[in-house]
Amino acid sequence: MAIWVGNNTRLLVQGITGKEGTFHALGCRDYGTQVVAGVTPGKGGQAVEGIPVFDAVDEARAKTGCNATMIFVPPPFAADAIMEAAAAGIELIVCITEGLPVNDMLKVKTFMRQCAEEGKTSRLIGPNCPGVITPGEAKIGIMPGHIHRPGKVGVISRSGTLTYEAVWQLTNLELGQSTCIGIGGDPVNGTSFINVLEAFAEDGDTEGVILIGEIGGSAEEEAAEWIRDHFDRPVVGFIAGRTAPPGRRMGHAGAIVSGGKGTAKEKMETMRECGLHVVESPAELGVTMGKALGA
Amino acid sequence: MKIHEYQAKEILRRYGVPTPRGKVTNDAAEARAITEELGGRSVVKAQIHAGGRGKGGGVKLAGSGEEAEKLAGEILGMQLVTPQTGPEGQEVRKVLVEEAVDIDRELYLAVTLDREHEKPVIMASLAGGMDIEEVAAETPEAIIRQHFDPHLGLLPFQGRAVTAGLGLTGKTARQAQKLLAGLARTFIETDASLAEINPLLITGDGDVLALDAKMNFDSNALFRQKDIVEMRDLAEENPLEVQAGEHGLNYIKLDGNIACMVNGAGLAMATMDIIKLYGGEPANFLDVGGSASQEAVKAAFQILVSDPSVEAVLINIFGGIARTDRIAAGVVGAIEELGGVELPVVVRLEGTNVERGREILEEADFDFLVAHHMADAADKVVAAAAGKGGA
Repeated sequence: MAIWVGNNTRLLVQGITGKEGTFHALGCRDYGTQVVAGVTPGKGGQAVEGIPVFDAVDEARAKTGCNATMIFVPPPFAADAIMEAAAAGIELIVCITEGLPVNDMLKVKTFMRQCAEEGKTSRLIGPNCPGVITPGEAKIGIMPGHIHRPGKVGVISRSGTLTYEAVWQLTNLELGQSTCIGIGGDPVNGTSFINVLEAFAEDGDTEGVILIGEIGGSAEEEAAEWIRDHFDRPVVGFIAGRTAPPGRRMGHAGAIVSGGKGTAKEKMETMRECGLHVVESPAELGVTMGKALGA
Repeated sequence: MKIHEYQAKEILRRYGVPTPRGKVTNDAAEARAITEELGGRSVVKAQIHAGGRGKGGGVKLAGSGEEAEKLAGEILGMQLVTPQTGPEGQEVRKVLVEEAVDIDRELYLAVTLDREHEKPVIMASLAGGMDIEEVAAETPEAIIRQHFDPHLGLLPFQGRAVTAGLGLTGKTARQAQKLLAGLARTFIETDASLAEINPLLITGDGDVLALDAKMNFDSNALFRQKDIVEMRDLAEENPLEVQAGEHGLNYIKLDGNIACMVNGAGLAMATMDIIKLYGGEPANFLDVGGSASQEAVKAAFQILVSDPSVEAVLINIFGGIARTDRIAAGVVGAIEELGGVELPVVVRLEGTNVERGREILEEADFDFLVAHHMADAADKVVAAAAGKGGA
């Protein structure tokens, strides 16, 4: 067992005919994910390595029963792609695209709330994220599958390669991962740390969680408080960006200390106060998890 | 992306926000002419992107055209040091010459995104001219906050709530409500990340006026904001950062002596952090992108080594989709193309085909210091930088 992604995932790829879309659609299929359809407006009727392409998401949904989508549509059109998937009632929407304007994301959030009121409830992960993987079952995203190993630690992160770093440590320590989720580095995103933690709390296979945050916003503090009140399994935390200068965006659109808020120090302190195992060094994520699990 | 005060005011005027009359110039003699047009008195304001210009001597009141020319002459070309520029300051290339207005009260007004509520929020305070961070720290209750829906805009009753909170009445309140609506529209329609009027002035006659203005924009939205992109002033940005941007690299200059090159923003921040944890000082943030291609690595190297304070380089790459052996070949190729690098270079590679990747580094003509994990890399690079700097 794991969360959100697994053997019953039937994946659609929006933007499948683009270079990145094709490459990662096939990467997901090679890993074992059932990739059942692609969508590129105007290219319906074609196929990518045997995967049928449709013009619209609702059509792909009706004909293939896809229940998840991975989005590689360029930034100016990505918000529309997310909303099209939500309107079609796709349960899980993973937006890999980086560079969506904040205003577009505000539109997406409003639209998704309206869809939910009409009974179409979707979960959006991202944008600007590596995706989701349940090792040994399925992956939706751009992460390298082979560094993972089925196991007992859930991983949640705002970053990509730093997540791989944590995953690799867990794999080498033979702890493995239940599900790994990159929630993305943007200031407004679909799924929060707390949303993922709620799902891990329901998952019997997840014995502990590694939570990797970064400077900017207050999502990590909110997550830490939620963990203190609702989550009784060990959580190892790290915040990237202790040395980041204030007022500068560190690569990710959301990684900025502004108005003196969102510093790594502040976040780490709150996490400690809430009972998380906070590591100062990103090289110690895995061993700290191992110790916390008594392994 | 940041712009100058005079540009922010230009945008705000389009949305009906009143500002003092004035003109921008890079010529002291013209400052005199502008002042005379304005009736013989003016305020000469240095135009640089950093705030706190008044404290650094970049804002001066002129009582005559002649005085304006003299002051503009002093300000133009000066290295203006403010609390936000760093000790080296920023060269002043333009001044804004504005009418001097009589001041009754100064208020603070800004629109920004509230990430927690996922909505834009208007922040207003009676403590105009002050840094909002200080007000927030000292008297948080003195800040009026009004969230609004980005699709509906600021509704009239919401604007009235803000002016009532500020204690404004009559004509002043009505003008301020109109200004607030304009400010909210500006924020949404220009894809701003910050629109700040500090101070918002109330004149002796009870009129409202944006005395200073600052706007920042969402870089992700610049593809649809052509007017804003044209306002970009590259002279205000760090030349190495501009050069990096041209190569699609994300680079931010810092004060230390250990350069780092990393794939991915999160890992890049974590690498800076671990350098510090091991007693070193990072010289920069640099994300070469997920795939770390040979071309990107080469461009990154050129930028890193052109920073004279750099004494050692750390390359930390987690090869995921991109195989580490190819990345290693790319690093070696980049150094060969550059004809070598005269600095110790610590390389930590991890991920797919890492054994082969490390072999390629060992076999290269260049003496890489090969590290086996992140902590080892930090340890080695801090020692290398100390060796070069100290002994």
